[in-house]
Amino acid sequence: MPISRRRLIAAAPLAAGLAVAPSVVRAQAPGRVVIIGGGFGGASAARFARDRFPHLDVTLIEQSRSFTTCPYGNLVLAGRRDIGSITFGYERLAARGVRLVHQRAVAIDPQRKQVRLADGVDVPYDRLVVSPGIDLRWGAIEGYDEAASARMPHCWVPGLQPVTALAEQLRAMPQGGTFVMAIPDNPFRCPPGPYERISMVAEYLKRHNPRAKIIALDAKNGFSKQPLFQDAWAELYPGMIEWRGASNDGRVIAVNPATMECVTEFGDRVKGDVVNVIPPQMAARIARDAGLAAQSGWCPIKPATFESAQVPDIWVLGDASIAAPMPKSGFAANTQAKHAIACIAASLAGQAPPPAVYFNTCYSHVGEDYGISIVGVYRGGTQLTEVEGSGGISPRNSALEGERRAEHRRLEALYADGWYDAITGEMFG
Amino acid sequence: MRSCTIAMVLLLAGSPAIAETADGALLAGACQGCHGVSGEGGHGIPSIRQMHDRQQFVALMRAFRANERPNTVMGRISRGYTDAEIAALAAHFAKPQ
Repeated sequence: MPISRRRLIAAAPLAAGLAVAPSVVRAQAPGRVVIIGGGFGGASAARFARDRFPHLDVTLIEQSRSFTTCPYGNLVLAGRRDIGSITFGYERLAARGVRLVHQRAVAIDPQRKQVRLADGVDVPYDRLVVSPGIDLRWGAIEGYDEAASARMPHCWVPGLQPVTALAEQLRAMPQGGTFVMAIPDNPFRCPPGPYERISMVAEYLKRHNPRAKIIALDAKNGFSKQPLFQDAWAELYPGMIEWRGASNDGRVIAVNPATMECVTEFGDRVKGDVVNVIPPQMAARIARDAGLAAQSGWCPIKPATFESAQVPDIWVLGDASIAAPMPKSGFAANTQAKHAIACIAASLAGQAPPPAVYFNTCYSHVGEDYGISIVGVYRGGTQLTEVEGSGGISPRNSALEGERRAEHRRLEALYADGWYDAITGEMFG
Repeated sequence: MRSCTIAMVLLLAGSPAIAETADGALLAGACQGCHGVSGEGGHGIPSIRQMHDRQQFVALMRAFRANERPNTVMGRISRGYTDAEIAALAAHFAKPQ
């Protein structure tokens, strides 16, 4: 039962008055662009499509009426933010002429080019953008299923479990207790995220529970911005944080929620008063069911466009895609989204896609007035590559003179706040 | 006058042929993530919205690239872009000419 053309038009855009004149108009052929998922990829795609290509008909399918960001969730743990300040509604996107459908997308039919909604309605598309985020691999760590996550929260998918679940446990932790975190191998959502979380938990504990310890059990031997995080931990939280990599038996293979224990590869049992398990992940189910994912559970894309490498006329953005060396980050999804929309407009008009340049900056808060970052500029051709000589992490302490060091860290913490307001303002403002 | 200025920018930027394919509004996405949709800045992030003329914008980016100007992230960012792309960004964010 396809939605009629008339209904689409009736529901459509306040377009004209709100559209910003594009500086380079490449493509003007109309088309129905349907977007699944209202996170960093999907919401950015919807906004950019309305701003730059107002002739496109844009539908955003998102089950939820609000979106809580993963970024800045760790600041809720530190007690610096409340969850309301990182939660946004879709009203402004609707006012910009995006047709919002607050339903679950249950299936994609690439042959008939339509998306099936939970209520049985089919939404037809000319080009489809799939930006559904991740699913957790329940059972990949033995004993870690949805029931176990109530006692040992992941708080890695805000729609499944908001970060407040972990914040409550942290605040109830006994004095001198142990906070244990299990961290997965690559690839996973937000590579610096676990380490920013460790930092923000440490900031909270330093103030409220200074004898407490943090034990991080990692399935890897190295991590994003590692020297910067470890310098900062030694400086700000001396003696509080123990990080164990894979070669130091850090890989957690099983958990026992009854005893609050993590079991490592070589049989060590690590008990916590609070246990935060970040399990292995994969592309969300709608993408896997539609045949967009490879054996790995993630979705291969054409690096020049972000169109699926497996199914025509479908673009896959954000954490669900295989975009290495780009990280699975919100900013990465945001720039992928803009490029994908430009490619979609070009393809509808029978034109060649624009040159592919992608971008990412991830800021992390590690303490008060202490921020660090990683930057990447990427190009997509037959492969996705990082531009040589560009990007990288903030300078280490040893490379910054005394006063300049504090100023650098302070500015990056401030700029992180600027980034957060700018990107969420673009998506939801 | 306008075409003369654009020609100067392109001359400064090096490769006019590539500049024609560099899409400033698309490349601007990298800047907007921190400087805001219209480049307005905030939280100590400077405004880049019509704050410079095109030549100044290009010169600023070149100074970041060469680490001749103190910065936190702009050196790492600017080294990822070609002269032609910087010229296209200048045309997008700088004062209209």
